[in-house]
Amino acid sequence: MRKGGRFLRPVDLTVNGVRYELELEPRDLLVHVLREQLSLTGTNVGCDTSSCGACTVLLDGQSVKSCTILGVQADGTTITTIEGLATNGELHPVQQAFHDHHALQCGYCTPGMVLAAVSLIENGEARDRAAIRAGLEGNLCRCTGYHNIIEAIADVTGSTS
Amino acid sequence: MSATETWGIGAPLKRKEDDPLLRGRGTYVDNLDLPGTVVMVVVRSPYAHARIMSIDLAAAKAAEGVVAVFTGADLRDDWKAAMPCAWPVTEDMKNPEHFPLAASEANYQGDGVAVVIADTRAHAVDAAELVDVDYEVLDAAVDVAIAAQDGGALVHEELGTNVSYVWPLETGTFDAAADVIVKHTYYQPPLIPNAIEPRGVVARPEPGGDVTLWSSTQVPHLLRLLAAATLGMSETKLRVIAPDVGGGFGSKLDVYAEELLAIAIARRLGSPVKWIEERSENAVSTIHGRDFVTTLELAATKDGKITSLRANVIASMGAYLQLVTPGIPLLGAWIYAGPYAIPNYSVTFTGVFTNTTPTDAYRGAGRPEATYVLERTMDLLAKELGMDRLELRRRNFITEFPATIASGLTIDSGDYHASLDRLLEHLGLEQLEAEQRARRDSGDVKQIGIGFSTYNEMCGLAPSRILGAIRYAAGGWESATIRCLPTGTFQVVTGTSPHGQGHETAWSQIVAEQLGCDPSEVEVLHGDTSISPYGLDTYGSRSLPVGGAALWSAGEKIIEKARQIVAHQLEVSADDLEYAAGTFTVKGSPDKEMTVKGAAWSAFAAHNLPDGMEPNLEATATYDPPNFSWPGGAHAAVVEVDTGTGDARLIRYVAIDDVGTVVNPLIVDGQVHGGITQGIATALYEEAIYDEDGNLANGTMAMYLMPSAAELPSYQLDRTESKATDHPFGAKGVGETGTIAAAPAVINAVIDALAHLGVTDIQMPATPERVWRAIEEAKQ
Amino acid sequence: MIPAAFDYEVAESVEHALALLAADPDARVLAGGHSLVPALKLRIARPSKLVDIGRLSDLAYVRDAGSQLAIGALTRHAAVHDDPLLQEHCPIVSTTAGQVGDPQVRHRGTIGGSLAHGDPASDLPTVMLALDAAFVIVGSGGERTVGAGDFFTGVFRTAVGPGELLIEIRVPKLGDATGWSYLKYHRRAQDWATVGVAALVQHENGTAASASVALTNMGGTPLRASAVEAAIAAGSSVAEAAAHAADGTEPSSDTAASAEFRAHLARVLTERALTEALA
Repeated sequence: MRKGGRFLRPVDLTVNGVRYELELEPRDLLVHVLREQLSLTGTNVGCDTSSCGACTVLLDGQSVKSCTILGVQADGTTITTIEGLATNGELHPVQQAFHDHHALQCGYCTPGMVLAAVSLIENGEARDRAAIRAGLEGNLCRCTGYHNIIEAIADVTGSTS
Repeated sequence: MSATETWGIGAPLKRKEDDPLLRGRGTYVDNLDLPGTVVMVVVRSPYAHARIMSIDLAAAKAAEGVVAVFTGADLRDDWKAAMPCAWPVTEDMKNPEHFPLAASEANYQGDGVAVVIADTRAHAVDAAELVDVDYEVLDAAVDVAIAAQDGGALVHEELGTNVSYVWPLETGTFDAAADVIVKHTYYQPPLIPNAIEPRGVVARPEPGGDVTLWSSTQVPHLLRLLAAATLGMSETKLRVIAPDVGGGFGSKLDVYAEELLAIAIARRLGSPVKWIEERSENAVSTIHGRDFVTTLELAATKDGKITSLRANVIASMGAYLQLVTPGIPLLGAWIYAGPYAIPNYSVTFTGVFTNTTPTDAYRGAGRPEATYVLERTMDLLAKELGMDRLELRRRNFITEFPATIASGLTIDSGDYHASLDRLLEHLGLEQLEAEQRARRDSGDVKQIGIGFSTYNEMCGLAPSRILGAIRYAAGGWESATIRCLPTGTFQVVTGTSPHGQGHETAWSQIVAEQLGCDPSEVEVLHGDTSISPYGLDTYGSRSLPVGGAALWSAGEKIIEKARQIVAHQLEVSADDLEYAAGTFTVKGSPDKEMTVKGAAWSAFAAHNLPDGMEPNLEATATYDPPNFSWPGGAHAAVVEVDTGTGDARLIRYVAIDDVGTVVNPLIVDGQVHGGITQGIATALYEEAIYDEDGNLANGTMAMYLMPSAAELPSYQLDRTESKATDHPFGAKGVGETGTIAAAPAVINAVIDALAHLGVTDIQMPATPERVWRAIEEAKQ
Repeated sequence: MIPAAFDYEVAESVEHALALLAADPDARVLAGGHSLVPALKLRIARPSKLVDIGRLSDLAYVRDAGSQLAIGALTRHAAVHDDPLLQEHCPIVSTTAGQVGDPQVRHRGTIGGSLAHGDPASDLPTVMLALDAAFVIVGSGGERTVGAGDFFTGVFRTAVGPGELLIEIRVPKLGDATGWSYLKYHRRAQDWATVGVAALVQHENGTAASASVALTNMGGTPLRASAVEAAIAAGSSVAEAAAHAADGTEPSSDTAASAEFRAHLARVLTERALTEALA
């Protein structure tokens, strides 16, 4: 938890259905707030240039890179992290499909990849494999070569092409 | 259907590892939040080569939240030995001693010069900016070919040369009077491995001077051994834990400065110390791969029989020798002739210091570098001979196994024709060539090319005797324990250290197959030196070929002991028992049977065991492989090249691999997908670009072009199978095959796409600018 | 990736934002943050204070303004991309907004923030220059409107002065006789443009009567390819005109491309963009 800080600001966040009243330094990145203050360590940090997408969460339902949003900017928003995606313990269909298709190896990019995929699907932008590939342009994986990630998402959307 | 038919060796079992990772419950190092932890940040040299004149710590020490600040000089007495290099490849190899922090001279951009310890990460970063280092900037040696000539700056002045070693392997004389000789020089640039989880460590001091170290490492066992030695600790005082590790690809096969610093400082301060690498920091502070200049010559008869091969390899070591830096080129030394029977063989490696990030193992480690130059040169030779490139390959394939090759090793099994045949079944080469002709005829701005790579490789590191003969400091065995628990479940302790490869699943399948259980009844423990004290970890596609064999051997011991228990209980001779899939039956009395699980209970209860038998059913096996593992195969890449923009894009990739027995096809395909992708990235996208002063010009993920899904196609995979005869169930390594095979296939495809324009060569990666320049130069 | 410490205020209105900016000359405006936060993380930017205008939701809109469309500065890229008015009347803007960054960036980044950042490798500035868009800027002295030709003043510099805010961008409705194209070359989909070209062409009997062409990353600001425009106006073919795409430019050399290759790409992409705009 916070050990003091400068320019502290009160921030209200609803994360995975739980409301938090926090005091944040303006420079605290949302990803660090989630990981270090809320102990939601499922959201990973893979780069420092907003490139890799490992930190992707849903903010008011849309995929965002939580390393590129200040905690104070998220005041009043509703956030879903990977820990909040399953329902009553049941994996979300995208999580299940990643398991079924061996779409993860080391697992580090996986939370961000899954949430990017959820957003893509919910926005109707996962029409076919080409669209899925294009829609994952902001998420990097070093293990899988993406092949099985694309198969997993196409399975969820029933895409045949 | 029995359990083993469903879930044993060969079954596409979904991974046991997935559930926590999918739910965000991974145990990566940065997730560890121990009470009282202080955070370490390393202050790094911004210069590639600079003398450290003075360091002023006053402002940093006075900054908010700062606990301590140390320089290299402050910590000098904490090290009882220099940073370890386990592979002195020659007797006279030059290995300048170096320590976790540079004290007098920084030798690459990113060399650590001080550490700041503070209560929070933010405070540590703030204070690190206040460390005031006065540098005298020196000339840097950057280009490996120039450095090898000692033509400019010396990295280590005291050595009088940049050359660390020269290592030759000559088993025949190059036939300079052959009908046809092709000779070409290739540059393979440095690559940044970029596991998506950067490195990180937490060191916690324990009572009595012990330390527990969590590290994002592939090698907890090697790390424990060598960190203890470097710090002058008893090995028993250091426990190393590799929790969930977010990818490695060789880059976490090392003993790194930050691991040693965290231990030393945790002992000094009495607090847990945490260091988490930032991505841009990773680009300079974690090892790079490749950076080779290779000249390859092939001599052949006019009917395409290759008679001799000569390679001259200049390999960058970077600024210092890390754990296995000098040995990396040697890991390719025996396979410059690949799957071809070439009787006269000569290769020479020169290891050269440069003022760049140290190099070390990156996926394939020495073998992609060999296969790349060979497969490129095979295409050049075919062109020179006026022969079909696949026909040339077929005429030279090794066909009889075991095959002792000119470099001196023996390939136990393979069938290179079968892989190429299967590749052509999938590829549809005629249609592709028709499409290529049509586009050429119409002058289409987008041309297509088809490139091939037929390869083999040696992995499964490694027979200990051979390692000893080539001066590697340790062995190449692996260890496994199977403990049959009273309830009929099985506990496996493995010395391998997975970081994405799925050993928990695959090892469970092996036990399920051998001992007759469901994989869910097998628990696999790894990655903690207190639980698995004995092992040699995961790298070099060794885990299944060596660790899997150790596990199998332990299973055989379990079966043999269980046989004694069962025979005793059924009151028959052990020789009268037949064993299959976990159950012993009495020959001629099929109704009399007992399972391994039953024997486990009997061993636990110990009411009725043979006289003198220890009441347990557990076994440990340490397996030293008799040979390397020799996978092989045939890959084809199809690229589309926009001759206007120079953009080369992969549109198809077909890979046929022969990795012997497959334990889990899902996992094997995943390894191949990932391996191919790193090879494609090498061919088209990735390169660590240094300026002439040794500054890394593209050291962020925004500028170092790791491809995303949007740049790549899906792949077509298939397999042929020739079982490894030197492995108990026929398996070969698969972790690196894709990376080894892919890059030359892709570059050969790019050149093929432009061949009608006169293009014969393009340097990796085939950037649009290089493609454009190649087209322009061909017009001249 | 931890920014240097800074203070932070939420602007409740444009007037409030202006007052906050006036009170601190080292303060910077924060909108979506997708240009500024990356710079903060690398400590390239070290403001004393951020004035967050991100909650001024009445600045997020696309409105019909007669012969023009008015786009509120805080309209996010994804909303620009999906906007039916833009798709109907000025599709080069909506289409290009869909090519900025990646989906996560487009969900948060704003059109005003992107334009006011003045990144020469950014796509939307080039499109605005080709469209001769108008930029509405407010400051303590009131509101003023700056044409695109005067808006981009240097690398990461625009006509938005200290203490000012960009609040609206006005783009023309394109008629049926106007063809358009924005093409960029980049290695990876998520990368900035190595070079980009925006082309607007007035069709007349299947040929180009006139064209407006602008270039991305061929200099410190987006540039009009005047020589190309003049050649088209003088009746040159697309290929002849495109050969002049790099005339007078001084692109930089970096790890993505040399200046010479950028000039080549500008010519190739200009020919393709003009051809596509004419199709």
